Amino acid sequence: MVNRAKIIKDLQKKARIIRRDIIQMLYEAGSGHCGGCLSSTDIVTALYFHHLCYKPDNPDWPERDRFILSKGHCVPLLYAVLAEGGYFPKGELKTLRKIGSHLQGHPDMRKTKGVEASTGSLGQGLSIACGIALGGKMDKKSYTVYALLGDGEIQEGQVWEAAMFANHYHLDNIVAIIDRNRLQVDGPTNKIMTIEPLVDKWKAFGWKVITIDGHDMSQILDALEKAKETKDRPTVVIANTIKGKGVSFMENQVNWHGKAPNKEEAEKALSELT
Amino acid sequence: MKSTRDAYGEALVELGKSNKNVVVLDADVSKATRTKKFAEQFPGRFFNCGCAEQNMMGVAAGLSLTGKIPFASTFAVFATCRALDQVRNTIAYPRLNVKIVATHGGITVGADGPSHQSLEDMAIMRAIPNMIVIVPADAIETKKAVKESVKYEGPIYIRLGRAEVPIVTNKDSPFAIGEANVIQEGDDITIIACGIMVAVSLEAAQLLEKEGIKAKVVNMHTIKPIDEDLIIKVARETKAIVVAEEHNIIGGLGSAVAEILCNKIPTPFEQVGMRDTFAESGKPEELLAKHGLTANTIVDVARKVLKSLKGCLIIEKKS
Repeated sequence: MVNRAKIIKDLQKKARIIRRDIIQMLYEAGSGHCGGCLSSTDIVTALYFHHLCYKPDNPDWPERDRFILSKGHCVPLLYAVLAEGGYFPKGELKTLRKIGSHLQGHPDMRKTKGVEASTGSLGQGLSIACGIALGGKMDKKSYTVYALLGDGEIQEGQVWEAAMFANHYHLDNIVAIIDRNRLQVDGPTNKIMTIEPLVDKWKAFGWKVITIDGHDMSQILDALEKAKETKDRPTVVIANTIKGKGVSFMENQVNWHGKAPNKEEAEKALSELT
Repeated sequence: MKSTRDAYGEALVELGKSNKNVVVLDADVSKATRTKKFAEQFPGRFFNCGCAEQNMMGVAAGLSLTGKIPFASTFAVFATCRALDQVRNTIAYPRLNVKIVATHGGITVGADGPSHQSLEDMAIMRAIPNMIVIVPADAIETKKAVKESVKYEGPIYIRLGRAEVPIVTNKDSPFAIGEANVIQEGDDITIIACGIMVAVSLEAAQLLEKEGIKAKVVNMHTIKPIDEDLIIKVARETKAIVVAEEHNIIGGLGSAVAEILCNKIPTPFEQVGMRDTFAESGKPEELLAKHGLTANTIVDVARKVLKSLKGCLIIEKKS
């Protein structure tokens, strides 16, 4: 248990580094999406620095676990973990969204090492994950495919097509994670387009559902372990999160969905993330 | 006479035997697209996605990322309109090795009517960067196109038809992606066609010959990348060009040829195709006749463009 406490503490520390990188990147870029990056930072940190099997020096290693960022607009988070994980130098993060950079405004698998799929048009990542999971089953591979979806994103009909598919083909090597931060571009999800009852919906589609506090590192690790053990059906982790988590003036503020901090805001945010 | 979709079904089975990485996806129309033949032979490599074309394209993309060579099939209108965003963003943008083979292109779909006929698929797919667009003329060429598509690493759209069409190529006819074939020589006018209109163009060339007009016929099986060199060559060798396609005259083969002619070698030009209108239910031959996708229309248009050319020359002489 001592060991686990240390793992959690280290991951929490790592998450703070990632959050700082995100703020700095977005400030440098002058545009981008703060809220959703910060709400899913703890989950993605746990994945990349504890749970996933991958080799930064061999990005195409066939046995690697795959992470598909279906909510592609939160790619600064992915770039931050990939750089921290050793896929490319951290100094390159400040080129985000700039001409000539390999760090596009939304994920481009052909430009950035470690990015598994080009996403950005919402609702498509889970289908890609299904294809990779199916290919893995055909080849008797033991990797798991993780897909991170936004809660607003699941209003896209294609998500439910993919949900049916994963269940129909018994893709127990898929784990969908929903960043349930309750806010989308135009406002709260329950006002823009109700997605509840979320648990019942996924259960009805044949998925194992695990609900957690998406900022509690212990719950995140437990959920990822349980998901991996599930047989014969896919798992969805519904992670209840706070949009803008970690920066007081961004938390639960819908206007921070698609906005970058100015110099003063970035400094204030960084001072809170020490 | 044989439909290109029938040839596709056979080609897939042959490919399935020789290439273990070939997998096939369909969206609940496997009987109609003929992918059912592959499904029966290789059940472990066939995945029915149900009525969910958007997800099918994403699954195909994912499968390609594991080294499989997915063939995703449905009707042309659904592959290119219903699932367009998925094809663009998930397949074409990252240049994934997915083969989209759509049947029921054009109006020869017939009785199902305009909702299931496809008039704009070539235009749509042609406008997407990284996408190759192929429209085989007959069953023999379809088999070649399907087999060649596997040798190319990247996204390809192949448009096939529902109706039976005459065989106009043979097993020795060359087929290389992006290299069109002159299938009849002539030095008065060139008819450039694709798909079912290749056979119709050959018929038109025979009719023109009776009037003393020698027509060259080009089978432009690859719409993109278009064979620019051949277009320039035939534009030099003949006085005018007529393009015939079972597609809207906006954006398809005619537009692709016109782009080359306007940019490189301005040439008198006419189009035979759907005049920016939806068709209706009916028998294929009735629809083709009603919308002027016939040898007679090509003959009329060829005569017209040659006549206008003479007019131009007379004016030139007068001045």
